[in-house]
Amino acid sequence: MPDPVISVENLGKKYILSHQQQRSTNLREVISEGAKTLGRRFFKPSDVPATRTKPSEVEEFWALRDVSFEIEQGDVVGIIGGNGAGKSTLLKILSQITEPTTGRIKVEGRVASLLEVGTGFHPDLTGRENIYLNGAILGMGRVEIKRKFDEIVEFAEVEKFIDTAVKYYSSGMYVRLAFAVAAHLEPELLIVDEVLAVGDVSFQKKCMGKMGDIATNEGRTILLVSHNMGSIEALCTKAMLLVGGQIKQFGSAHDVVLSYLEPIYQSKSPLKKFANCTRRGNGKLQIISFHMESPEGTVLEAIKSGDAVVFVFGFENINTQPYERFSIGFSIHLSLHMGQEMGLHYGCLSHYASHFSQVHFRDPPDHGYVRCGFSELSLSPGEYILASYVMVADEEADRPHLPIPITVLPGDFYRTGTAMEKDMWGPLLVKGEWELSAAKDDLSMSQASVRQTP
Amino acid sequence: MKQLRRTSLVIEAGQGSSLYWQDLWRYRELFYFLAWRDVVVRYKQTLVGIAWVLIRPLITMVAFTIVFGKLAGLESKSPGIPYPILVFAGMLPWQLFSDSLSRVSTSLVSNSHVVSKVYFPRLIVPVSAILVSFVDFLVSNILLLALMAWYSFAPSWRVLTLPFFVLLTCLTALALGLWLAALNVKYRDFSHLTPLILQFGVYISPVGFSSSIVPDRWRLLYSLNPLVGIIDGFRWAVLGRGTQVHWLGFTLSVGLVIVLLATGLWYFRKTERTFADVI
Repeated sequence: MPDPVISVENLGKKYILSHQQQRSTNLREVISEGAKTLGRRFFKPSDVPATRTKPSEVEEFWALRDVSFEIEQGDVVGIIGGNGAGKSTLLKILSQITEPTTGRIKVEGRVASLLEVGTGFHPDLTGRENIYLNGAILGMGRVEIKRKFDEIVEFAEVEKFIDTAVKYYSSGMYVRLAFAVAAHLEPELLIVDEVLAVGDVSFQKKCMGKMGDIATNEGRTILLVSHNMGSIEALCTKAMLLVGGQIKQFGSAHDVVLSYLEPIYQSKSPLKKFANCTRRGNGKLQIISFHMESPEGTVLEAIKSGDAVVFVFGFENINTQPYERFSIGFSIHLSLHMGQEMGLHYGCLSHYASHFSQVHFRDPPDHGYVRCGFSELSLSPGEYILASYVMVADEEADRPHLPIPITVLPGDFYRTGTAMEKDMWGPLLVKGEWELSAAKDDLSMSQASVRQTP
Repeated sequence: MKQLRRTSLVIEAGQGSSLYWQDLWRYRELFYFLAWRDVVVRYKQTLVGIAWVLIRPLITMVAFTIVFGKLAGLESKSPGIPYPILVFAGMLPWQLFSDSLSRVSTSLVSNSHVVSKVYFPRLIVPVSAILVSFVDFLVSNILLLALMAWYSFAPSWRVLTLPFFVLLTCLTALALGLWLAALNVKYRDFSHLTPLILQFGVYISPVGFSSSIVPDRWRLLYSLNPLVGIIDGFRWAVLGRGTQVHWLGFTLSVGLVIVLLATGLWYFRKTERTFADVI
């Protein structure tokens, strides 16, 4: 067995949070505080320990705790976890930006980390100058940069603007150039933090391709943080799931991604609460719960194809003005392999919002519900995912990143008196009027169609 | 090409990088690139560009010659040396020092976006800040040469010792600057303190006058300001006759600088591991 490239033992990182009224470290405070302590120590030595630790003001926070793992040469490891799970802290420690509080790390080979695209870019410098500067900051030598210069420019597709100050670049060009420099580093170990989510789709593909190249053709080791489960599964051989600063699972990328998404699907309660999820939007009105009920008002755990059903969105009005109109929308998705933050468009079956039907609500109560009733659910039996959002005054107010699982059971969609089969060919159900007739005259049919399209 | 030799890095709690000095060498080109960035950026979108380096000392020199030489009447106390040259020979090291110090002390904070996102030995940041001021200093030397040519003032062999005094100036700025830069990361008070030190310093250092006007019994005390030794040394190297260095005081200055530099390095190394957390 080859030696590990990275071995980490009992890694921990502690931050001290001070809960004082806006405690920016100010020299005067430190001096006066120090003088007080000194004074107390001088006069009443027994008092000192009590005044030193102020439990009400200072709180310890372990961003990482007891993290141990080993990574072998050529592994591409994805690091996943919710916000605040310690992913970025781990990368920062591995790339030596900050030191650990406990533990020991051994790394074999040259490390390059890419925690941000375009670190050290200076807006006043030209593209050419920034390539050299950024390259040097990332640890490349002048000779090395010169050798790769043309390749970098070509990859970034900015040949025409290479002698223009980057402050005049479009944001896409800027990001492309920045990624291009970083992508041409040749470290034995590359550490990347969520930088693939930049640029347009075609450039993202190019970046993914480049990363794949680095890993497979050149046999380098990569550590990658991403919220995009799709790219984790596509790029990584292994994945590590961090929860609350600890490793919950470390294994094959597919298994770890599945178990990361699992808790979101496995909550059995029919009422889904949106407590601790990340959100986008201005927050004027937030969705706090979702459930389904029958037209009579019974809460449903699962629904059947062809049944009448009501979707109920619970909301909390944060600061919507009475005159501002709002609407709620949702989308239904197919894929189980969906990321929490990205990829919600993937496998989208349908998207519907109240304003599509010209329904706008006004003057919401502090807490309330918006209901949307369907006379007939036309989904095949299976598992689906629902994502919802709120618009207030035509601006995005809330988009919780919490996919809601919906279970659809076989039902009597076709009104035959018996439930349909479980395995259908597609997610959408249609039904219509069937009719048999004899062909009358070929000529009259073609004439009819000609007449309809002038 | 890349070296195939495997480097093995150990990161341990409370230890810092095991390869710090090796890394400092590996990143040596970053000294140059950071300095180069600051030099280039400073004169982008300016009309006269690099000429600003000359305008500033020229105006100060004129002002000091008039205020100290003429109005205060100090010109008569240093016979044989044209006063503008006297002032300028004092002002060159002073500006190198004050420029370096103010750059160094804010260098980490003004590069915070890099410091919090990329690893490299942090010592590169303050040192390359000094390089920027050194470039200015080299350009300003042209003015001194011009002045000396104007007054037909020929330097002696002593001018060869000038690099030593230049180095001493830079080290003094670095010594004090390392303290200020590291402290500034945590306590922004120090960004207010530096201009104060410099404003004060220009009057208590012999920039606009010769240190010979200080009574002999105060000379040793006066030498506690390391700039006194440096400026005297500068004048001694450039002007030669008519200037003397208080050698005992000078040794004291050098000793002080060495102590400051050693402790500054120690404090910087001690705190640099937490820069990214507090900056």
